Amino acid sequence: MRTYDGKSVCSGIAIGKIRVYKKDVQQVKRTKAKDPESELARFASAKEEAVRQLKCLYDKALKEVGEANAAIFEVHQMMLEDVDYNESVENIVRGQEVNVEYAVAATGDNFSRMFSAMDDDYMRERAADVKDISERLLAVLNGRNAGTAETEEPVIIVADDLAPSETVQLDKDMVLSFVTVHGSANSHTAILARMMEIPALVGAGLPLDETVDGKLGIVDGASGKIYVEPDEDTLNEMRERQQEEAEKKELLQRLKERENVTLDGQKVMLYANIGNIKDLAMVMQNDAEGIGLFRSEFLYLEKEDYPDEEEQFQIYKQAAETMAGKRVIIRTLDIGADKQCGYFNMEHEENPALGYRAIRICLTRPEVFKTQLRALFRASAFGNIAIMYPMITSIKEIKRIKEVVGEVKAELDAQKMPYGEPEQGIMIETPAAALISDVLAREVDFFSIGTNDLTQYTLAIDRQNPKLDEFYDAHHPAVLRMISMVVENAHRAGIWAGICGELGADQTLTREFLAMGVDELSVSPGSILPIRKIVLETNVGEYKAGK
Amino acid sequence: MKEFKYVITDEMGIHARPAGLLVKAVKGYGCTVKMGKGGRTVDCKGIMGVMSLGAKKGDEVTLTFEGADEDAACEAISRFMQENL
Repeated sequence: MRTYDGKSVCSGIAIGKIRVYKKDVQQVKRTKAKDPESELARFASAKEEAVRQLKCLYDKALKEVGEANAAIFEVHQMMLEDVDYNESVENIVRGQEVNVEYAVAATGDNFSRMFSAMDDDYMRERAADVKDISERLLAVLNGRNAGTAETEEPVIIVADDLAPSETVQLDKDMVLSFVTVHGSANSHTAILARMMEIPALVGAGLPLDETVDGKLGIVDGASGKIYVEPDEDTLNEMRERQQEEAEKKELLQRLKERENVTLDGQKVMLYANIGNIKDLAMVMQNDAEGIGLFRSEFLYLEKEDYPDEEEQFQIYKQAAETMAGKRVIIRTLDIGADKQCGYFNMEHEENPALGYRAIRICLTRPEVFKTQLRALFRASAFGNIAIMYPMITSIKEIKRIKEVVGEVKAELDAQKMPYGEPEQGIMIETPAAALISDVLAREVDFFSIGTNDLTQYTLAIDRQNPKLDEFYDAHHPAVLRMISMVVENAHRAGIWAGICGELGADQTLTREFLAMGVDELSVSPGSILPIRKIVLETNVGEYKAGK
Repeated sequence: MKEFKYVITDEMGIHARPAGLLVKAVKGYGCTVKMGKGGRTVDCKGIMGVMSLGAKKGDEVTLTFEGADEDAACEAISRFMQENL
């Protein structure tokens, strides 16, 4: 197996035979022409034929990739009819008394050099267009078809570079992927690949010879790699991913933009859990209605020192703006226990899961907490941010949080810094919080149930210890009863309650949660559409009756 | 002779597609139409020339019209620039 890197311009996975596509090198000889006028007559009829071909290409492109992308072939026709281009050809033929092939090649070189020298990436790319039309003319003059690649099976096309006309002429059903050694993300090939939704790489450093041609290849548009003669493991892994992507795409097509509502009209919010600002793309792709858990720890864990207010503000603002009015629930710092951070200088603990962590750190180190709150309140002026506090066990903690929030707002007011009024909610992840959720519900805007910790604390089972697996029951009735109770208490106080732990993504429980009246499920982005499917197919009334 | 100045507002500048449309529009008139930018002037009836100016967003171009139908051409092309560039 050989692996080559390129720059991905369109994602996806293609597996198939590689076909190295080489242009016929048009050897142009300079010969004396006895009769320049008959040379120019050949030029005129070649031009006519080239324009006819371009019209066909325009029609083909119009159907396959739309008017905006087809327009380039109209531009090519205009280039062929361009005054300067034609004058140049005529001058060379008449002035030097040479064959028209030479005049066309020389003119094409001159004009493409002019575009190559321009200080604009887009215009530099147009040098390829000038070359393309000149080569088309030469092919017609030589009585050949320009740039066609006939193949019997779908292939991965590997080429030095592809002219737009070459890309369009390829039979769309016969191309699995484009890989070019040259070319840029702005090239027509890249644009067409995106339109056709097939994986494509540019700038791939692979040899265009028999070591590649005809061999089995895999193009991975996610990593920008092409594998030649892949080994069994890689092949299996990629086949699996290809299958997954195909299924996901199919699901997406059917479920995108559908409302999360059951057959009998019960709505549920399907949000995404993310652990990094980089995950926003996944949130959008999977059509999440909002972010239900934005773990802010990455801001701290990836650093050597405390992240400052501005740095945090920018990240929160970006999330709020990207989600454009959809709710973004950001959980305040939740380190300690299994997530340690060197510069916090925390003492060793005998029992970290029951130790100094999350809100307990924030309340004893108000300078760290205030920095984050200032960033959150400021960012909430730019979108629909909600703040969520982890590891709550008592009313007293909420009162203390409110005091700190009050100080933060007073400071921002004094500094005349704009801020929003974010919703503030708490995680219900301790049995204590669940049991007093009726009281807590009067103090906050929402609940989000963290089932991982809630289960571990309720069952007194350490999830990291494999020896305890036989005692562990993720669906333990104690946990399910607690969830049901928390939701009931929330509704009684007029607030909403969701689930952001792993259990929220457990598809065998989705109906049960709907029956409990859970308002929101926050799951990893990849789980959103499968759960939406269940929601759409569920009749909550019937489910309750059948229990 | 008629003349007007125009500042490009299109994000992409005079790229291939609008250049093609401009050439097409100009060819509908008999008068000569020239476009200048920064000391260089090109014939608007050739797409290569128009593109070679490399006019980008924020650039000012000057269009001149000379010939029998210059008034009509000037008016139509002025409208074209406002709508497309």
